[in-house]
Amino acid sequence: MRKKVRRKTILPGFGLTLGITVTYLGLVVLIPLSMLFIKTAGMGFQPFIEIVTSPRSVSAYWLSFYTAAISALINAVFGFLVAWVMVRYSFFGKKVLNALIDIPFALPTAVAGIALTAAYSGQGWIGHLLGKIGITAVFNPIGIIIALTFIGMPFVIRTIEPVLEDMEKEMEEAASSLGASRIQTWIRVILPTVLPAWITGTTLSFARSLGEYGSVVFISGNMPFKTEIAPLLIMTQLEQYNYEGATAIACIMLLASFSLLLLINSLQAWSKVRGRG
Amino acid sequence: MKRHAAITEPRWIRYLLIGISILFLISFLITPLILIFVKAFEGGIGLYLKAFVEPEALAAMRLTALVVCIAVPLNTIFGLCASWAITKFEFRGKGFLLTLIDLPFTVSPVISGLIFVLLFSDKSWLGGIFYNLGIQIIFSTPGIVMVTTFVTFPFVARELIPLMQSQGIEEEEAALTLGATGWQTFWRVSLPNIKWGLMYGIILCTARAVGEFGAVSVVSGHIRGLTNTMPLHIEILYNEYNFTAAFAVSSLMVFGALVTLLIKHYIEWRMKGEKRL
Repeated sequence: MRKKVRRKTILPGFGLTLGITVTYLGLVVLIPLSMLFIKTAGMGFQPFIEIVTSPRSVSAYWLSFYTAAISALINAVFGFLVAWVMVRYSFFGKKVLNALIDIPFALPTAVAGIALTAAYSGQGWIGHLLGKIGITAVFNPIGIIIALTFIGMPFVIRTIEPVLEDMEKEMEEAASSLGASRIQTWIRVILPTVLPAWITGTTLSFARSLGEYGSVVFISGNMPFKTEIAPLLIMTQLEQYNYEGATAIACIMLLASFSLLLLINSLQAWSKVRGRG
Repeated sequence: MKRHAAITEPRWIRYLLIGISILFLISFLITPLILIFVKAFEGGIGLYLKAFVEPEALAAMRLTALVVCIAVPLNTIFGLCASWAITKFEFRGKGFLLTLIDLPFTVSPVISGLIFVLLFSDKSWLGGIFYNLGIQIIFSTPGIVMVTTFVTFPFVARELIPLMQSQGIEEEEAALTLGATGWQTFWRVSLPNIKWGLMYGIILCTARAVGEFGAVSVVSGHIRGLTNTMPLHIEILYNEYNFTAAFAVSSLMVFGALVTLLIKHYIEWRMKGEKRL
């Protein structure tokens, strides 16, 4: 693969296409994004620290972090289960259900937000049932977790599914004919094969949930210190024309996202190596 | 198909797993979707249709269409250029360029909006220039177009790069050796090879451009009939307790999402078919 591309090519258009790519990237992405760091650099160290360590900011980061983490874990467990069921078993309506899993990618987040609020509010179909066992979902961190679970759902399922499809049943057959029990086959053969994709999918879901805004604002109720996620706090600061506050909090969030991006990239490199071997 | 006991689970475990998966999908995915239609038609079909003939709803649809018509073609041209430069040639810093192209995916929608507010606020030098020219960017249509372009930036490129990488450059080289010009080679050889992948990217890009909420919300200024896109229109209706109209407009967007998924599956099916040939 590598060698093929590396030799000299007679194809035209390198200068033109790379030129357009870099210019457009600079104008649309890099210059706007750099504003955040320029603005942060201009505000001075002391005020920056004061904003990002204020109790309200810290509680918003913490809320964003733990709701995203819990929803990513929910998706890790149920996503694996759904992917397994979709690939290995057959049942009525499977194809339609499998196709609908992509809905969170295609549906506007605001629409998801009001639909989930309607379903999980006290009078809603599901919220009504939850109320009977004493759980209030809406205007509560539980509601945020529900919204984030919806948003992050396809990531785990769609990263695991192809791996399960490619997995050769012969491997499992070999394991069982060599005397492994089904549980041993699961732990020694199936899990190691799926693991890189599983972790990658969960991390992707976590990264997406961390910055999510549209689906959460309707269900969370947006109360400072209680249900105010970090993206919402940025929004509130902006509405009060407190650009410095918004920028400082955004800067911390962006650093967190970049570290996650690095992690995801190295995870994907790892799963490629694993896939080859 | 008869299942081999050694490579599958006992029947009751299979049924249990299928049951849990379906329950999970019903409570997080299917119920909210159905509820949108139930709530939209609660007041009867007359009230439902009324939500679409409101001048503000029509203005929101027009603005959304305008935004899509600018952002998607721009990112498509960029995607073609970027994937041509990256997959057909070898150069230094390619990995870094790929990471930069991915950046908008990792930026929270609210932060995407924020950076454009910072870039064009009347305190920044660029914003000052536009202010003196009397051109308003933020809280106006140009701002909405720009953030949507930012948010949907990687979609087409992300689909094309892996596809073109796997295709190599032999076919193009053959065409050029036989005397075709660069443009002929692109139109007759490269484009037919990537047409499904390209359409796939455009579909995903369009869906996101239509539904983007957080980023657009930051730069829109929420002026009714002027700077409201469809998702923002839904938010306003919802916050005014005009639930029927909010869900009616939402149902249109759900319909759009379902059509998107249908086209996506059709493309996947065609791609699979071509691979087999």
